[in-house]
Amino acid sequence: MNAELLQWIQFSVSAIFLVGGVFFVIAGAVGVLRLPDFYTRMHAAGMTDTLGAEMILLGLIVQAGLSQTSLKLTLIAFLLFLTSPTATHAVVGAAHHAKLKPKLGKYRAPVPGEVPPVKIAPKPKLKAKPKARTKKKAK
Amino acid sequence: MIRSALVLLVILIAYWLMLSGYLHNPVLLILGAISIFIVLGLSVRMKIIDAETAPYINVMALGYFVWLFVEIIKANMAVVKAVLSPNMEISPKTTKVPMKQSTDLGRVTFANSITLTPGTIAVEIGDDKILVHALLSEMTAASGFAEMGKRAGKAVGDPMLDNLEQDKAPKGKS
Repeated sequence: MNAELLQWIQFSVSAIFLVGGVFFVIAGAVGVLRLPDFYTRMHAAGMTDTLGAEMILLGLIVQAGLSQTSLKLTLIAFLLFLTSPTATHAVVGAAHHAKLKPKLGKYRAPVPGEVPPVKIAPKPKLKAKPKARTKKKAK
Repeated sequence: MIRSALVLLVILIAYWLMLSGYLHNPVLLILGAISIFIVLGLSVRMKIIDAETAPYINVMALGYFVWLFVEIIKANMAVVKAVLSPNMEISPKTTKVPMKQSTDLGRVTFANSITLTPGTIAVEIGDDKILVHALLSEMTAASGFAEMGKRAGKAVGDPMLDNLEQDKAPKGKS
């Protein structure tokens, strides 16, 4: 009877952690879809692999109980703790090196049905390349 | 150096036992011991045993990770709230955060902690500054970064630049 209760507690605690982790992963996915530019999207993606993955792993550790499997899962959690920020930094650093400009300042989500003001970009100046080509061809 | 080698030995033993789970098979245990000593001998010969061999294996680092986890949960709540609110009022901002760590390990720990905390990402690391991109401009408070930097330095036993400058004041940055 007592063992059954303990098992029930174990199951419910792990279920809470798993549901919490799934919530954070889904929130991260929604963030990736909603946020305006690359840098802000990386924040949402980072959320997925910190609390999302850690909480799912924690739930699995509770589910596995005190065993070799839970030790291995702890190792995976530690590894994720070290590698996921490194990966995020590598991706963002690559974007920075490629001179991708972040959108700064205040931002609000566009209201559905409302047409956002469109900035008309100035026309790019035509370069004199075609002329040079024709000259070369003439030669 | 000898301390690092011993720590590496203990970690390798624990790692082998954890991944294999063979506690009662003497043949496999002996094979495991042989492979552990081969790895240890190779790393001694390659002279790669130093302070960075086994980072984060001390009580201070454990305390730091607990503190960091609490910070991560707090920051996660803020980001989830911002992302899921219908208006989604965010204010992305980039700032330069001074970095006071003097060792590579301390710097990596600090930059990784910034990236781990959702809402702030370390974009580029300079000599004494980190370029940080933040999702909400409230997250760029200098005091928060200073505290995180101090704790990160303490966790890996980093002699912070402030202290070094006090020791040899005329020389300045080393």
